[in-house]
Amino acid sequence: MNLDFSSEKPIYLQLSEEIEDAILAGAYQEEAQIPSTTEISISYRINPATALKGINRLVDDGIVYKKRGLGMFVSKGAKEKILDTRKENFFEMYITSLVSEAKKLSITKEDILKMLERGFDK
Amino acid sequence: MSIDIKAVTMTFGKTTALDNISLKLEENKIYGLLGRNGAGKTTLLNLITNRIFPSNGEILLDGEQVMENDRALSKIYFMTETNFYPEWMTVRKAYIWTKEFYPEFDAEYAASLSEKFSLSTGSKIKNLSTGYQSILKIIISLASNAPVVLLDEPVLGLDANHRELFYKELIRAYSERPRTIVISTHLIEEAADIIEEVVVIKDGRLIMQDQVENVLSKGYSVSGTATAVDSFVRGKKVLGVDTLGGLKTAYVLETPQKDSLPEGLEISRLDLQKLFIQLTN
Repeated sequence: MNLDFSSEKPIYLQLSEEIEDAILAGAYQEEAQIPSTTEISISYRINPATALKGINRLVDDGIVYKKRGLGMFVSKGAKEKILDTRKENFFEMYITSLVSEAKKLSITKEDILKMLERGFDK
Repeated sequence: MSIDIKAVTMTFGKTTALDNISLKLEENKIYGLLGRNGAGKTTLLNLITNRIFPSNGEILLDGEQVMENDRALSKIYFMTETNFYPEWMTVRKAYIWTKEFYPEFDAEYAASLSEKFSLSTGSKIKNLSTGYQSILKIIISLASNAPVVLLDEPVLGLDANHRELFYKELIRAYSERPRTIVISTHLIEEAADIIEEVVVIKDGRLIMQDQVENVLSKGYSVSGTATAVDSFVRGKKVLGVDTLGGLKTAYVLETPQKDSLPEGLEISRLDLQKLFIQLTN
């Protein structure tokens, strides 16, 4: 896991996405505990308030939940929830920028479709 | 513990080092005090710790005057560039003495930090290298357990590994026992993600106090051809510009509106360091 400190994306958002990625990859199973805010802020060297904000975003989205006195745990169905959201955002995140860059470079729709096929065959 | 700096002015002869600064540092936050050389950072820290007295205005610690107030001052640990321990003293002795002035000083924690930094506690202070003099002061600041810790250029002379270790230990100590921390540093990028709020001083005046995240979301740079950039930034708050041949980059202090970006212009985020340079130029 790595945070990109020069990215335009705020650190807390990157952090919550990193944790989501780890859940998708199976590093944190559903109902398993995730590292504490303190552990996260120390290992990423970020202000604990930033770490907390990243975790709270996951709580708000129902990805993790708090067990009083024990820590934060991955919710049941978290993986599916993350997948759903990411699929929803796929168009906005990738297709929009792909098309705009393609237009800039005068790449046609047919060219892109060919590239897509090549990409999938790899 | 909160620090309230009220309309403080500090003059040395004809020079005004601080000019009517009002600033509130809230309890248990990590602040970054930024400013160029001679901006007045150290003067401000010296005033907070009552080493010098303001020409005008007052400084309150949890509502109490710091001036001539030993009780208030024992709550603040100030790590300075200068070493105040006698040179012949050993590190171990320095820890014992610190406990006299800072009753909350955690000797066990200091010993464990010494081990992490490979500082031998039997060494005399005069025999420590510049880096290890800093490390000794860092360890004492963290272990002091003072509710207010002021760090003036804490990583001076430290190598990259020790700087990394320092930042991590700072976060650990802060997480386990929250306190108000003020870090005055020139290594802005290194400290940027640890700081919650930034205070920028220029020529003795406060020019910015804001959450780091807000500051970062406000500033951006836009580059492209000179004419395109000029027309795009018209009416916006431009901090500075760079030109490289026909390419122009303008640094803008405003929330970027990506949708309204004309074709051919690129915008990117300003990191804290770049923003600071533009603000204080």
